[in-house]
Amino acid sequence: MYPSRFRYEAPRSLGEAIGLLHEGGDDAKVLAGGQSLVPLLKLRFASPELIVDINNLPGLGYHRADQDGTLHIGALCRHADLERSDLLKSTQPTMAAAAPVIADPIVRNRGTLVGSLCHADPQGDWASVVLALGGSVVAQGPGGRRSIPAADFVTGPFENALEPDEIAVEAVIPAAAGARAGGYLKLERRVGDFATVGVAVALELSGDAVSRAGIALTGVGGSTIAATEAADALTGRPLTAGSIGEAAGLAAQAARPRTDHRGSAEYKRHMVRTFVERILSRVEPTAERAA
Amino acid sequence: MTIVYEDRGDEAATEIPARRIRFTVNGAKKVAEVEPRLLLSHLIRRGLGLTGTHMGCDTTNCGACTVLVDGQAVKSCTMLAVQADGHEISTVEGLATASELHPLQEGFKEEHGLQCGFCTPGMMMAAKALLDANPDPTEEDVRWALSGNLCRCTGYQNIVKSVLWAAAKLRSGAAS
Repeated sequence: MYPSRFRYEAPRSLGEAIGLLHEGGDDAKVLAGGQSLVPLLKLRFASPELIVDINNLPGLGYHRADQDGTLHIGALCRHADLERSDLLKSTQPTMAAAAPVIADPIVRNRGTLVGSLCHADPQGDWASVVLALGGSVVAQGPGGRRSIPAADFVTGPFENALEPDEIAVEAVIPAAAGARAGGYLKLERRVGDFATVGVAVALELSGDAVSRAGIALTGVGGSTIAATEAADALTGRPLTAGSIGEAAGLAAQAARPRTDHRGSAEYKRHMVRTFVERILSRVEPTAERAA
Repeated sequence: MTIVYEDRGDEAATEIPARRIRFTVNGAKKVAEVEPRLLLSHLIRRGLGLTGTHMGCDTTNCGACTVLVDGQAVKSCTMLAVQADGHEISTVEGLATASELHPLQEGFKEEHGLQCGFCTPGMMMAAKALLDANPDPTEEDVRWALSGNLCRCTGYQNIVKSVLWAAAKLRSGAAS
């Protein structure tokens, strides 16, 4: 399969890239890891006239934490970087659980977290993780930078809130007030398949009590679902069998699964409940910072 | 790298964008004129005539087209050829020398790691990336590294054995 014909530019600076996008307007597309875009080009679901390859932009491959624990993930940080990251293993249990189950190891060598958010596939794993963590996307355009909360970033299936001349330069996960706990569980038919069901749970614990909770669901609706009521059921109280059961039930209610070749709606809803229970019953607080 | 079009006398015939790229394949320096929409897999197979890199699913699932780009395993059907500019590509043809098979190739022979052979080049290149980074992998490490490569014949058992065989051989070679 061949993509349809396009013009290709590989700028060396962010300013140049934004200029090219500005010029290209709606017919331009940013290429980062390409693990979703290139298949779309080949299937001709996307036929942009201009591809702006950002792989040569310097200084976007990072993921790093500020002193207060705020995490920044640059637009060229690959899934594989996050999978190998000691920083995530020690401070971000939900992200550390998700990184190894994104696509497959070869795709993870090139695909990026920020690109996955921009692609806005309802079955994308990172969207749920970043939503559960209350993260945001930083967009840079001709007029400067702005921060877009993950909850507002995805505007529909495969649609995001970026202007045509904006580039998502990084994702930001806010600092935790307490100790982080949580996880990500994904049911897939085989490695590399999209999620039949994915559940992201991100908790902050102060002493015994849950001070903040986020739960988001992958693959069980037309978009990533924030299970807000389920998260609220956990907040302000210790984790108990009762609160876990309540949250799991509310999360299952929030799911909007459809029966398809991956399973029945009933089965998927049941798996949401099971995954929420499983993640919460395994919670062991992770120290937010060594210091 | 040439794509031939019907000449309809319209602007399409005069506006074929092409870029000159320089890259390395199996250690040899190359320069090519490529249309941006050309895939790396096509550059390798048609432009360079290195048909050991196979095209299976063409949709980023099967891993038959896996090559190394700067030492990292990449599905070459999911990367544009222009993106190879300035990079080093390694294909299955680069494994053997004129007189000797690479230990991975020997391993696949010794442990019957292939039947139809279609997935084999991709398996070997994914395995090479693993062994370059981790010379002493566990069986689980091997299964992890090959989890993006599909084989419809073997059931994977002998492929995993083949890679472990190659790892042992490479270690014994490094020790002696």
